Amino acid sequence: MTVTTATDRLDELLRRITGDEKHAPSAHSTLDVIWVLYDRVLRVGPDRVDDPDRDRFLLSKGHGPAAFYAVLAAKGFIPEEWLDDVAGPTSRLGHHPDRLLVPGVEIGSGSLGHGLGLGVGTALGLRAQGLTNPRVYVLVGDAELDEGSNHEAIAYAGATGLDTITAIVIDNQSTTHGWPGGIASRFHGWSSTTVDGRDHDAIERAVRSHEPGRPHVVVAVVQPKN
Amino acid sequence: MRDTFVDTATALLDDDPRTAVVLADISASAFQPAAHRHPDRVLNVGIREQLMVGVAGGLALTGLRPIVHSYATFVVDRAYEQIKLDIGHQGVGAILVSVGASYDGSTAGRTHMSPGDVALFDTVDGWTVHVPGHAGEVAPLLLAAAAHDEPVYIRLSTQHNAAPRPGTGLQTIKQGQRAAVIAVGPMLDPVLAATEGLDVTVAYTNTPRPFDVRGLRALGHHNVVMVEPYLAGTSSAVLAEALRDVPSRVLNLGVCRTDLHRYGSPKDHARWHGLDAEGLRRSISEFVN
Repeated sequence: MTVTTATDRLDELLRRITGDEKHAPSAHSTLDVIWVLYDRVLRVGPDRVDDPDRDRFLLSKGHGPAAFYAVLAAKGFIPEEWLDDVAGPTSRLGHHPDRLLVPGVEIGSGSLGHGLGLGVGTALGLRAQGLTNPRVYVLVGDAELDEGSNHEAIAYAGATGLDTITAIVIDNQSTTHGWPGGIASRFHGWSSTTVDGRDHDAIERAVRSHEPGRPHVVVAVVQPKN
Repeated sequence: MRDTFVDTATALLDDDPRTAVVLADISASAFQPAAHRHPDRVLNVGIREQLMVGVAGGLALTGLRPIVHSYATFVVDRAYEQIKLDIGHQGVGAILVSVGASYDGSTAGRTHMSPGDVALFDTVDGWTVHVPGHAGEVAPLLLAAAAHDEPVYIRLSTQHNAAPRPGTGLQTIKQGQRAAVIAVGPMLDPVLAATEGLDVTVAYTNTPRPFDVRGLRALGHHNVVMVEPYLAGTSSAVLAEALRDVPSRVLNLGVCRTDLHRYGSPKDHARWHGLDAEGLRRSISEFVN
Protein backbone atom coordinates (compact mmCIF):
# COMPACT_ATOMS: atom_id res chain seq x y z
CA MET A 1 0.00 0.00 0.00
CA THR A 2 1.41 3.42 -0.84
CA VAL A 3 1.27 6.15 1.76
CA THR A 4 -1.54 7.95 -0.01
CA THR A 5 -3.78 4.95 -0.45
CA ALA A 6 -3.04 3.73 3.07
CA THR A 7 -4.11 7.08 4.45
CA ASP A 8 -7.25 7.09 2.34
CA ARG A 9 -8.02 3.58 3.48
CA LEU A 10 -7.59 4.43 7.17
CA ASP A 11 -9.65 7.55 6.64
CA GLU A 12 -12.46 5.45 5.22
CA LEU A 13 -12.25 2.94 8.06
CA LEU A 14 -12.25 5.70 10.66
CA ARG A 15 -15.31 7.31 9.12
CA ARG A 16 -16.97 3.93 9.30
CA ILE A 17 -16.38 3.94 13.07
CA THR A 18 -17.25 7.52 13.84
CA GLY A 19 -19.82 8.18 11.14
CA ASP A 20 -18.10 11.54 11.09
CA GLU A 21 -17.51 13.24 7.74
CA LYS A 22 -15.87 16.36 9.14
CA HIS A 23 -12.98 15.18 11.29
CA ALA A 24 -9.79 14.45 9.41
CA PRO A 25 -7.77 11.41 10.51
CA SER A 26 -5.42 13.87 12.21
CA ALA A 27 -8.07 14.23 14.92
CA HIS A 28 -6.83 10.84 16.09
CA SER A 29 -3.62 11.52 18.01
CA THR A 30 -2.43 7.92 17.97
CA LEU A 31 -3.19 7.11 14.34
CA ASP A 32 0.19 7.67 12.71
CA VAL A 33 2.18 5.93 15.44
CA ILE A 34 -0.08 2.88 15.52
CA TRP A 35 -0.07 2.68 11.73
CA VAL A 36 3.72 2.87 11.49
CA LEU A 37 4.05 0.20 14.18
CA TYR A 38 1.70 -2.24 12.46
CA ASP A 39 2.82 -1.39 8.93
CA ARG A 40 6.58 -1.30 9.41
CA VAL A 41 7.76 -2.47 12.83
CA LEU A 42 5.73 -5.06 14.69
CA ARG A 43 6.32 -8.71 13.92
CA VAL A 44 2.66 -9.59 14.27
CA GLY A 45 -0.14 -10.65 12.02
CA PRO A 46 -3.68 -12.02 12.06
CA ASP A 47 -2.24 -15.49 11.47
CA ARG A 48 -0.03 -15.40 14.56
CA VAL A 49 -2.02 -13.70 17.34
CA ASP A 50 -1.08 -16.53 19.73
CA ASP A 51 2.48 -17.04 18.50
CA PRO A 52 4.75 -16.85 21.59
CA ASP A 53 7.44 -15.29 19.41
CA ARG A 54 5.35 -12.34 18.22
CA ASP A 55 6.01 -8.75 19.24
CA ARG A 56 3.52 -7.35 21.72
CA PHE A 57 1.73 -4.02 21.28
CA LEU A 58 -0.05 -2.88 24.42
CA LEU A 59 -2.41 0.06 24.03
CA SER A 60 -2.26 1.36 27.60
CA LYS A 61 -4.17 4.49 26.71
CA GLY A 62 -7.32 2.55 25.91
CA HIS A 63 -9.33 5.73 25.55
CA GLY A 64 -10.26 6.74 22.00
CA PRO A 65 -9.34 3.44 20.31
CA ALA A 66 -10.84 4.27 16.89
CA ALA A 67 -7.41 4.58 15.29
CA PHE A 68 -6.37 1.24 16.79
CA TYR A 69 -9.50 -0.49 15.50
CA ALA A 70 -9.04 1.05 12.06
CA VAL A 71 -5.48 -0.24 11.87
CA LEU A 72 -6.51 -3.69 13.09
CA ALA A 73 -9.16 -3.79 10.39
CA ALA A 74 -6.76 -2.52 7.71
CA LYS A 75 -4.29 -5.24 8.67
CA GLY A 76 -6.90 -7.98 8.68
CA PHE A 77 -7.07 -8.73 12.41
CA ILE A 78 -10.78 -7.94 12.53
CA PRO A 79 -13.55 -7.78 9.91
CA GLU A 80 -14.32 -4.28 8.72
CA GLU A 81 -18.00 -4.83 9.53
CA TRP A 82 -17.10 -4.71 13.22
CA LEU A 83 -16.40 -1.00 12.81
CA ASP A 84 -20.04 -0.18 12.05
CA ASP A 85 -21.47 -0.71 15.51
CA VAL A 86 -18.76 0.25 18.00
CA ALA A 87 -20.02 -0.03 21.60
CA GLY A 88 -23.32 -1.51 20.46
CA PRO A 89 -24.95 -4.25 22.51
CA THR A 90 -23.49 -7.06 20.41
CA SER A 91 -20.28 -5.30 19.39
CA ARG A 92 -16.86 -6.73 20.13
CA LEU A 93 -15.43 -3.23 19.91
CA GLY A 94 -16.11 -0.73 22.68
CA HIS A 95 -14.84 2.67 23.68
CA HIS A 96 -12.04 0.83 25.45
CA PRO A 97 -10.65 -2.38 23.94
CA ASP A 98 -11.15 -5.78 25.56
CA ARG A 99 -8.52 -8.43 24.82
CA LEU A 100 -11.01 -11.24 25.31
CA LEU A 101 -13.18 -9.84 22.53
CA VAL A 102 -10.74 -8.66 19.88
CA PRO A 103 -8.13 -10.82 18.10
CA GLY A 104 -4.72 -9.15 18.22
CA VAL A 105 -5.52 -6.95 21.21
CA GLU A 106 -2.94 -7.86 23.86
CA ILE A 107 -4.52 -6.14 26.88
CA GLY A 108 -7.91 -4.86 27.90
CA SER A 109 -7.33 -1.23 28.84
CA GLY A 110 -9.15 1.97 29.63
CA SER A 111 -8.36 2.70 33.25
CA LEU A 112 -5.15 4.68 32.84
CA GLY A 113 -1.79 3.54 34.12
CA HIS A 114 -2.00 -0.23 33.66
CA GLY A 115 -0.18 -0.85 30.38
CA LEU A 116 3.38 -0.20 31.48
CA GLY A 117 3.12 -2.57 34.46
CA LEU A 118 1.60 -5.27 32.27
CA GLY A 119 4.24 -4.53 29.63
CA VAL A 120 7.10 -4.87 32.11
CA GLY A 121 5.61 -8.17 33.27
CA THR A 122 5.23 -9.34 29.68
CA ALA A 123 8.84 -8.46 28.89
CA LEU A 124 10.02 -10.28 32.03
CA GLY A 125 7.87 -13.31 31.22
CA LEU A 126 9.27 -13.55 27.70
CA ARG A 127 12.82 -13.23 29.01
CA ALA A 128 12.24 -15.93 31.65
CA GLN A 129 11.15 -18.30 28.89
CA GLY A 130 14.15 -17.56 26.71
CA LEU A 131 12.02 -15.77 24.12
CA THR A 132 14.58 -13.17 23.13
CA ASN A 133 13.11 -12.09 19.79
CA PRO A 134 9.85 -10.43 20.75
CA ARG A 135 9.80 -6.81 21.80
CA VAL A 136 7.11 -5.19 23.92
CA TYR A 137 5.71 -1.82 22.82
CA VAL A 138 3.46 0.13 25.17
CA LEU A 139 1.57 3.18 24.01
CA VAL A 140 0.67 5.73 26.70
CA GLY A 141 -0.65 9.28 26.62
CA ASP A 142 1.07 12.31 28.13
CA ALA A 143 -1.86 12.87 30.49
CA GLU A 144 -1.92 9.20 31.36
CA LEU A 145 1.53 9.69 32.86
CA ASP A 146 -0.18 11.58 35.70
CA GLU A 147 -1.04 8.16 37.14
CA GLY A 148 1.60 7.14 39.67
CA SER A 149 1.49 3.48 38.66
CA ASN A 150 3.34 4.38 35.43
CA HIS A 151 6.24 5.71 37.42
CA GLU A 152 6.60 2.47 39.35
CA ALA A 153 7.08 0.69 36.01
CA ILE A 154 9.27 3.41 34.49
CA ALA A 155 11.62 3.49 37.49
CA TYR A 156 11.89 -0.29 37.73
CA ALA A 157 12.50 -0.83 34.00
CA GLY A 158 15.10 1.94 33.97
CA ALA A 159 16.92 0.73 37.08
CA THR A 160 17.06 -2.88 35.91
CA GLY A 161 17.91 -2.07 32.29
CA LEU A 162 14.93 -3.96 30.88
CA ASP A 163 15.90 -3.47 27.25
CA THR A 164 13.10 -5.38 25.51
CA ILE A 165 10.44 -2.78 26.23
CA THR A 166 9.69 0.41 24.32
CA ALA A 167 7.26 3.00 25.61
CA ILE A 168 5.69 5.40 23.15
CA VAL A 169 4.20 8.52 24.67
CA ILE A 170 1.69 10.32 22.48
CA ASP A 171 2.18 13.90 23.59
CA ASN A 172 -0.83 16.00 22.68
CA GLN A 173 -0.15 18.27 25.64
CA SER A 174 -3.30 17.23 27.38
CA THR A 175 -1.90 16.81 30.89
CA THR A 176 -3.39 19.34 33.29
CA HIS A 177 -0.21 20.42 35.04
CA GLY A 178 2.29 19.81 32.27
CA TRP A 179 5.64 18.03 32.47
CA PRO A 180 8.14 20.80 33.18
CA GLY A 181 11.53 19.67 31.95
CA GLY A 182 9.94 17.43 29.35
CA ILE A 183 8.43 14.00 29.29
CA ALA A 184 11.58 12.13 28.29
CA SER A 185 13.37 13.33 31.43
CA ARG A 186 10.84 11.35 33.51
CA PHE A 187 12.21 8.13 32.06
CA HIS A 188 15.42 7.79 34.08
CA GLY A 189 17.68 5.07 32.78
CA TRP A 190 15.87 4.87 29.44
CA SER A 191 17.17 5.94 26.05
CA SER A 192 14.81 8.43 24.49
CA THR A 193 13.88 10.03 21.19
CA THR A 194 11.38 12.81 20.71
CA VAL A 195 9.78 13.00 17.27
CA ASP A 196 7.01 14.55 15.24
CA GLY A 197 4.15 12.12 15.86
CA ARG A 198 2.87 12.64 12.30
CA ASP A 199 6.12 11.93 10.44
CA HIS A 200 6.06 8.26 9.55
CA ASP A 201 9.73 7.92 8.69
CA ALA A 202 10.78 9.78 11.83
CA ILE A 203 8.47 7.60 13.94
CA GLU A 204 9.93 4.45 12.43
CA ARG A 205 13.52 5.59 12.98
CA ALA A 206 12.74 6.55 16.58
CA VAL A 207 10.98 3.29 17.37
CA ARG A 208 13.88 1.31 15.90
CA SER A 209 16.56 3.25 17.76
CA HIS A 210 16.50 1.19 20.96
CA GLU A 211 19.85 0.01 22.24
CA PRO A 212 21.09 -2.90 24.35
CA GLY A 213 21.01 -2.54 28.13
CA ARG A 214 18.31 0.12 28.39
CA PRO A 215 14.57 0.40 27.81
CA HIS A 216 13.59 2.90 25.15
CA VAL A 217 11.01 5.68 25.09
CA VAL A 218 9.73 7.56 22.08
CA VAL A 219 7.89 10.80 22.72
CA ALA A 220 5.68 11.40 19.70
CA VAL A 221 4.52 14.99 19.68
CA VAL A 222 1.23 15.81 17.95
CA GLN A 223 -1.08 18.79 17.84
CA PRO A 224 -2.40 19.92 21.25
CA LYS A 225 -5.76 18.46 22.16
CA ASN A 226 -8.61 20.89 21.23
CA MET B 1 3.42 -20.47 57.71
CA ARG B 2 5.63 -17.94 55.98
CA ASP B 3 8.65 -20.26 56.23
CA THR B 4 6.65 -23.14 54.78
CA PHE B 5 5.47 -20.88 51.99
CA VAL B 6 9.02 -19.76 51.15
CA ASP B 7 10.29 -23.36 51.19
CA THR B 8 7.43 -24.63 49.03
CA ALA B 9 7.66 -21.76 46.55
CA THR B 10 11.43 -22.23 46.33
CA ALA B 11 10.95 -25.92 45.55
CA LEU B 12 8.34 -25.00 42.93
CA LEU B 13 10.79 -22.62 41.25
CA ASP B 14 13.30 -25.47 41.08
CA ASP B 15 10.80 -28.02 39.76
CA ASP B 16 8.40 -26.07 37.57
CA PRO B 17 9.82 -23.61 35.01
CA ARG B 18 6.36 -22.09 34.65
CA THR B 19 6.42 -20.61 38.15
CA ALA B 20 7.72 -17.16 39.02
CA VAL B 21 7.72 -15.28 42.33
CA VAL B 22 7.00 -11.55 42.34
CA LEU B 23 7.90 -9.54 45.43
CA ALA B 24 7.84 -5.95 46.60
CA ASP B 25 10.74 -6.15 49.06
CA ILE B 26 8.71 -8.07 51.69
CA SER B 27 10.34 -11.52 52.20
CA ALA B 28 12.96 -10.71 49.56
CA SER B 29 15.81 -11.90 51.78
CA ALA B 30 14.04 -15.21 52.40
CA PHE B 31 13.87 -15.73 48.64
CA GLN B 32 17.51 -14.78 48.10
CA PRO B 33 18.77 -18.36 47.53
CA ALA B 34 15.98 -18.96 45.00
CA ALA B 35 16.70 -15.61 43.34
CA HIS B 36 20.33 -16.61 42.99
CA ARG B 37 19.34 -19.80 41.15
CA HIS B 38 16.47 -18.32 39.14
CA PRO B 39 17.22 -14.63 38.58
CA ASP B 40 14.64 -14.39 35.79
CA ARG B 41 11.86 -15.96 37.85
CA VAL B 42 12.31 -14.34 41.25
CA LEU B 43 11.43 -10.73 40.61
CA ASN B 44 11.64 -8.15 43.36
CA VAL B 45 10.26 -4.90 41.97
CA GLY B 46 11.06 -2.85 45.07
CA ILE B 47 8.38 -1.16 47.13
CA ARG B 48 5.96 -0.95 44.21
CA GLU B 49 2.85 -2.99 44.82
CA GLN B 50 0.86 -1.74 41.84
CA LEU B 51 3.74 -2.82 39.64
CA MET B 52 4.06 -6.12 41.52
CA VAL B 53 0.52 -7.14 40.56
CA GLY B 54 0.79 -5.59 37.09
CA VAL B 55 3.95 -7.60 36.47
CA ALA B 56 2.14 -10.73 37.62
CA GLY B 57 -0.56 -10.03 35.04
CA GLY B 58 2.08 -9.59 32.34
CA LEU B 59 3.89 -12.80 33.33
CA ALA B 60 0.60 -14.69 33.20
CA LEU B 61 -0.12 -13.26 29.75
CA THR B 62 3.08 -14.95 28.55
CA GLY B 63 2.01 -18.28 30.05
CA LEU B 64 3.87 -18.24 33.36
CA ARG B 65 2.29 -18.96 36.74
CA PRO B 66 3.10 -15.98 38.99
CA ILE B 67 3.18 -16.25 42.77
CA VAL B 68 2.83 -12.78 44.24
CA HIS B 69 3.64 -12.12 47.86
CA SER B 70 3.46 -9.28 50.35
CA TYR B 71 1.51 -8.08 53.37
CA ALA B 72 -2.22 -8.46 52.79
CA THR B 73 -2.78 -4.75 53.07
CA PHE B 74 -0.24 -4.06 50.31
CA VAL B 75 -0.91 -6.91 47.90
CA VAL B 76 -4.71 -6.75 48.21
CA ASP B 77 -5.94 -3.43 49.57
CA ARG B 78 -3.36 -1.25 47.88
CA ALA B 79 -3.29 -3.10 44.57
CA TYR B 80 -7.02 -3.80 44.36
CA GLU B 81 -7.50 -2.26 40.92
CA GLN B 82 -4.54 -4.21 39.55
CA ILE B 83 -6.13 -7.40 40.91
CA LYS B 84 -9.41 -6.45 39.26
CA LEU B 85 -7.98 -5.35 35.92
CA ASP B 86 -4.44 -6.66 35.41
CA ILE B 87 -5.46 -10.17 36.44
CA GLY B 88 -9.23 -10.57 36.34
CA HIS B 89 -10.14 -8.43 33.34
CA GLN B 90 -7.22 -9.78 31.29
CA GLY B 91 -8.62 -13.27 31.74
CA VAL B 92 -5.49 -14.59 33.43
CA GLY B 93 -4.76 -15.98 36.88
CA ALA B 94 -2.15 -15.62 39.59
CA ILE B 95 -1.47 -16.92 43.08
CA LEU B 96 -1.43 -14.14 45.66
CA VAL B 97 0.05 -15.13 49.01
CA SER B 98 -0.25 -12.70 51.89
CA VAL B 99 1.15 -12.40 55.36
CA GLY B 100 -0.02 -9.96 58.01
CA ALA B 101 -3.55 -11.35 58.23
CA SER B 102 -6.06 -9.05 59.98
CA TYR B 103 -4.26 -7.95 63.16
CA ASP B 104 -1.16 -10.18 62.96
CA GLY B 105 0.74 -6.91 62.63
CA SER B 106 -0.98 -5.40 65.65
CA THR B 107 2.13 -3.72 67.03
CA ALA B 108 2.58 -1.96 63.69
CA GLY B 109 -0.90 -0.46 63.91
CA ARG B 110 -3.80 -0.08 61.53
CA THR B 111 -1.61 0.71 58.53
CA HIS B 112 -0.41 -2.91 58.57
CA MET B 113 -3.80 -4.52 59.17
CA SER B 114 -6.08 -5.89 56.49
CA PRO B 115 -9.26 -7.45 57.85
CA GLY B 116 -11.13 -6.58 54.64
CA ASP B 117 -9.05 -8.58 52.16
CA VAL B 118 -11.33 -11.61 51.77
CA ALA B 119 -14.35 -9.31 51.37
CA LEU B 120 -12.53 -7.59 48.50
CA PHE B 121 -12.12 -10.93 46.71
CA ASP B 122 -15.90 -11.30 46.85
CA THR B 123 -16.13 -8.27 44.55
CA VAL B 124 -14.20 -10.00 41.75
CA ASP B 125 -15.01 -13.23 39.98
CA GLY B 126 -13.43 -16.63 40.14
CA TRP B 127 -11.03 -16.41 43.07
CA THR B 128 -10.37 -19.38 45.30
CA VAL B 129 -9.52 -18.17 48.82
CA HIS B 130 -7.50 -20.36 51.17
CA VAL B 131 -7.08 -19.46 54.84
CA PRO B 132 -4.82 -22.19 56.23
CA GLY B 133 -5.11 -22.89 59.92
CA HIS B 134 -1.68 -24.45 60.26
CA ALA B 135 1.67 -24.38 58.47
CA GLY B 136 1.10 -28.03 57.54
CA GLU B 137 -1.79 -27.01 55.30
CA VAL B 138 0.20 -24.47 53.30
CA ALA B 139 2.30 -26.69 51.03
CA PRO B 140 -0.54 -28.81 49.58
CA LEU B 141 -2.61 -25.68 48.95
CA LEU B 142 0.24 -23.91 47.16
CA LEU B 143 1.27 -26.97 45.15
CA ALA B 144 -2.32 -27.52 44.01
CA ALA B 145 -2.63 -23.86 43.03
CA ALA B 146 0.60 -23.94 41.03
CA ALA B 147 -0.72 -26.79 38.90
CA HIS B 148 -3.41 -24.72 37.15
CA ASP B 149 -3.98 -21.17 35.89
CA GLU B 150 -6.94 -19.95 37.94
CA PRO B 151 -6.76 -17.05 40.41
CA VAL B 152 -5.98 -18.13 43.98
CA TYR B 153 -5.49 -16.14 47.18
CA ILE B 154 -3.66 -17.79 50.09
CA ARG B 155 -3.93 -15.89 53.36
CA LEU B 156 -1.12 -16.82 55.74
CA SER B 157 -1.26 -15.91 59.41
CA THR B 158 0.86 -16.06 62.53
CA GLN B 159 -2.29 -17.34 64.28
CA HIS B 160 -2.68 -21.08 63.93
CA ASN B 161 -4.28 -24.20 65.33
CA ALA B 162 -2.36 -26.91 67.18
CA ALA B 163 -2.74 -29.46 64.40
CA PRO B 164 -2.98 -29.26 60.60
CA ARG B 165 -6.16 -30.37 58.86
CA PRO B 166 -5.34 -30.83 55.19
CA GLY B 167 -8.19 -30.89 52.69
CA THR B 168 -10.29 -28.02 51.49
CA GLY B 169 -13.90 -29.06 52.11
CA LEU B 170 -15.90 -28.53 55.28
CA GLN B 171 -14.67 -31.05 57.89
CA THR B 172 -16.83 -32.00 60.85
CA ILE B 173 -14.74 -31.82 64.01
CA LYS B 174 -17.47 -32.59 66.52
CA GLN B 175 -21.21 -33.21 66.43
CA GLY B 176 -23.93 -31.45 68.40
CA GLN B 177 -27.61 -30.56 68.21
CA ARG B 178 -28.17 -26.88 68.76
CA ALA B 179 -26.14 -25.20 66.03
CA ALA B 180 -23.31 -25.63 63.58
CA VAL B 181 -20.30 -23.46 64.28
CA ILE B 182 -18.10 -23.03 61.21
CA ALA B 183 -14.50 -22.11 62.00
CA VAL B 184 -12.34 -20.74 59.20
CA GLY B 185 -8.57 -21.31 59.36
CA PRO B 186 -6.93 -20.31 62.62
CA MET B 187 -10.31 -19.75 64.32
CA LEU B 188 -10.73 -23.49 64.91
CA ASP B 189 -8.83 -23.83 68.18
CA PRO B 190 -10.48 -20.78 69.77
CA VAL B 191 -13.86 -22.13 68.60
CA LEU B 192 -13.16 -25.56 70.08
CA ALA B 193 -12.16 -23.98 73.39
CA ALA B 194 -15.23 -21.73 73.30
CA THR B 195 -17.69 -24.54 72.60
CA GLU B 196 -16.41 -27.02 75.15
CA GLY B 197 -19.46 -28.52 76.85
CA LEU B 198 -21.85 -26.83 74.40
CA ASP B 199 -24.13 -29.09 72.38
CA VAL B 200 -23.05 -27.79 68.98
CA THR B 201 -21.47 -29.14 65.83
CA VAL B 202 -18.09 -27.66 64.97
CA ALA B 203 -16.89 -27.77 61.38
CA TYR B 204 -13.67 -26.50 59.88
CA THR B 205 -12.58 -25.18 56.52
CA ASN B 206 -9.43 -23.53 55.23
CA THR B 207 -11.16 -22.64 51.97
CA PRO B 208 -13.93 -20.10 52.40
CA ARG B 209 -14.12 -19.48 48.61
CA PRO B 210 -15.67 -21.20 46.92
CA PHE B 211 -17.53 -22.03 50.11
CA ASP B 212 -18.46 -25.69 50.57
CA VAL B 213 -22.21 -25.14 50.32
CA ARG B 214 -22.97 -28.83 49.95
CA GLY B 215 -20.92 -29.60 53.06
CA LEU B 216 -22.76 -26.95 55.02
CA ARG B 217 -26.17 -28.24 53.97
CA ALA B 218 -25.08 -31.79 54.76
CA LEU B 219 -24.49 -30.74 58.38
CA GLY B 220 -28.28 -30.43 58.60
CA HIS B 221 -28.30 -27.44 60.93
CA HIS B 222 -30.59 -24.44 60.58
CA ASN B 223 -28.76 -22.43 63.21
CA VAL B 224 -25.32 -21.51 61.91
CA VAL B 225 -22.51 -19.53 63.48
CA MET B 226 -19.78 -18.41 61.10
CA VAL B 227 -16.47 -17.57 62.75
CA GLU B 228 -14.02 -15.91 60.36
CA PRO B 229 -10.59 -14.45 61.17
CA TYR B 230 -11.30 -11.46 58.92
CA LEU B 231 -14.10 -8.91 58.60
CA ALA B 232 -17.26 -10.08 60.39
CA GLY B 233 -20.05 -10.91 57.95
CA THR B 234 -17.75 -11.44 54.98
CA SER B 235 -19.58 -14.71 54.28
CA SER B 236 -23.07 -13.54 55.20
CA ALA B 237 -24.23 -13.32 51.57
CA VAL B 238 -22.74 -16.74 50.79
CA LEU B 239 -24.53 -18.28 53.78
CA ALA B 240 -27.81 -16.57 52.97
CA GLU B 241 -27.64 -18.00 49.45
CA ALA B 242 -26.60 -21.44 50.70
CA LEU B 243 -29.54 -21.57 53.12
CA ARG B 244 -32.07 -19.68 51.00
CA ASP B 245 -34.65 -22.48 51.00
CA VAL B 246 -34.16 -23.38 54.65
CA PRO B 247 -35.63 -21.47 57.60
CA SER B 248 -32.42 -20.48 59.31
CA ARG B 249 -30.69 -18.23 61.79
CA VAL B 250 -27.13 -17.14 61.14
CA LEU B 251 -24.64 -15.40 63.41
CA ASN B 252 -21.59 -13.90 61.75
CA LEU B 253 -18.55 -13.42 63.95
CA GLY B 254 -15.25 -11.94 62.87
CA VAL B 255 -13.15 -8.82 63.03
CA CYS B 256 -15.12 -5.61 63.63
CA ARG B 257 -15.06 -2.82 61.07
CA THR B 258 -13.87 -0.26 63.64
CA ASP B 259 -10.34 1.11 63.48
CA LEU B 260 -9.50 0.71 67.16
CA HIS B 261 -6.42 2.94 66.95
CA ARG B 262 -4.68 0.49 69.29
CA TYR B 263 -1.46 -1.51 69.21
CA GLY B 264 -0.96 -4.46 71.59
CA SER B 265 -0.67 -8.13 70.62
CA PRO B 266 -2.81 -10.21 68.25
CA LYS B 267 -4.17 -11.81 71.43
CA ASP B 268 -5.29 -8.41 72.66
CA HIS B 269 -7.03 -7.70 69.38
CA ALA B 270 -8.71 -11.11 69.40
CA ARG B 271 -10.14 -10.18 72.80
CA TRP B 272 -11.20 -6.71 71.71
CA HIS B 273 -12.98 -8.15 68.68
CA GLY B 274 -14.64 -10.90 70.72
CA LEU B 275 -12.68 -13.60 68.93
CA ASP B 276 -10.90 -15.13 71.91
CA ALA B 277 -12.43 -18.25 73.48
CA GLU B 278 -14.25 -16.25 76.12
CA GLY B 279 -15.75 -13.75 73.68
CA LEU B 280 -16.73 -16.48 71.26
CA ARG B 281 -18.36 -18.52 74.03
CA ARG B 282 -20.38 -15.49 75.08
CA SER B 283 -21.66 -14.83 71.55
CA ILE B 284 -22.29 -18.48 70.68
CA SER B 285 -24.05 -19.25 73.99
CA GLU B 286 -26.34 -16.26 73.58
CA PHE B 287 -27.18 -17.41 70.05
CA VAL B 288 -28.01 -21.02 70.94
CA ASN B 289 -29.88 -20.29 74.18
